[in-house]
Amino acid sequence: MKPAEFYMRDRTMHPPAHHPGYKTSVPRSPRQALLTMHQSISEITGPTFGQSDIGALDNDLTLNFAHGGMPVGERIILHGRVLDENARPVPGTLVEIWQANASGRYRHHKDAYLGALDPNFGGCGRTLTDADGGYAFRTVKPGPYPWLNHVNSWRPAHIHVSVFGTSFSQRLITQLYFEGDPLIAKCPIVQTLPDPGDVQRLTAALDLNSAVPMDCLAYRFDIVLRGRRASRFENRLEGG
Amino acid sequence: MVQKLDYLRESPSQTAGPYVHIGLAPGAAGFPAFAQELGQCIAPDGVPGPRIHVTGRVLDGFGAPVRDVLIEVWQADAAGIYPHPEDPRAADCAPGFRGWGRVISDFDTGDFTFETIKPGPVPGRAGKLQAPHLSLWLVARGINIGLNTRMYFPEDGALHGADPVLQSIDPPARRATLIAAASAPGRYHFDIRLQGEAETVFLDI
Repeated sequence: MKPAEFYMRDRTMHPPAHHPGYKTSVPRSPRQALLTMHQSISEITGPTFGQSDIGALDNDLTLNFAHGGMPVGERIILHGRVLDENARPVPGTLVEIWQANASGRYRHHKDAYLGALDPNFGGCGRTLTDADGGYAFRTVKPGPYPWLNHVNSWRPAHIHVSVFGTSFSQRLITQLYFEGDPLIAKCPIVQTLPDPGDVQRLTAALDLNSAVPMDCLAYRFDIVLRGRRASRFENRLEGG
Repeated sequence: MVQKLDYLRESPSQTAGPYVHIGLAPGAAGFPAFAQELGQCIAPDGVPGPRIHVTGRVLDGFGAPVRDVLIEVWQADAAGIYPHPEDPRAADCAPGFRGWGRVISDFDTGDFTFETIKPGPVPGRAGKLQAPHLSLWLVARGINIGLNTRMYFPEDGALHGADPVLQSIDPPARRATLIAAASAPGRYHFDIRLQGEAETVFLDI
């Protein structure tokens, strides 16, 4: 296959860098226009990962930090597929997640929230997608927690998701929310989305068919990465 | 009416937040979760090429260091080859060369530091050559969508004049924001300014 570019990123759909409602974005947002450039081999390539990079329990957050017991909280399977904008699966790509525990506390130097740490919960996981782009984690549902954007701001329950795809230009970090959470609509970070309806695309659906009876519930969350242009005709690179 | 195009839409970005280390660098968050952390070594010892040491800071609109940033580096080997199947020369890439790494700033000072090898020039479009560069991607609390930029090397001035990315930056004075300073042979300093005077050029890749 001839090297071909990925579709232009639709930045009108992503949160703008500067969104005053999310206060930390104010001093951390570039104000100049991004440089428009053609993708080169530096952008259509990216890091690759294999099974030797990860361990057998890395996708099971109920076990990968266990110290003699199970973490507290609602046990869930989080699963879905990584697809591209052409609706093709993205196999063999690294998916990493991190989250607070069931009481809304992160295991991190910088988190001093009074919600308790859980001795059996670390809060990070990673896996590679299978041939169909599918992935699955077992974890507990994170709790909401307060933060000082405004005095009484609370994050909805959420899990951070990092995905690679096959190229550096597809690199994406986002957050998934849970169906039915009344805090979603009030969240200043959710509100950075230009189209409020787009939060639906970041909201995992309760998936009872994938639940394990008497064990854990399941939520489904599909992730879409940038698609790649078909190279049906030779690229006209003179403009390069 | 017309037929419907059935493309999916990319998932929208959300900030990596202040606790990105838990997921991507758990050792730095304060606990070892995995037998091996990813992105710790871009180029192991023995990979051919000049070894380089890069330090720097990411500065916000007040000029204060961003102390919770995570940067991913992607680069070619000393021959300008990427360890990736899309590089037609990938079979000749240096054995053991990963080309990718994760770098975090110090939680107290905001300084970041990493070691790798200097990449070679890599092919550009239409037969042009790109000057040696590191591709960088930054995420942090307050950054709503990861920021792409590049770091070039000060000794490559002759190649910079033909580099298609540097040459497309207008006004030309901003090109300097992508070029590191050399403090000693093989030692570079590269500050990234998110905002304000001398804002770094960020790329829509």
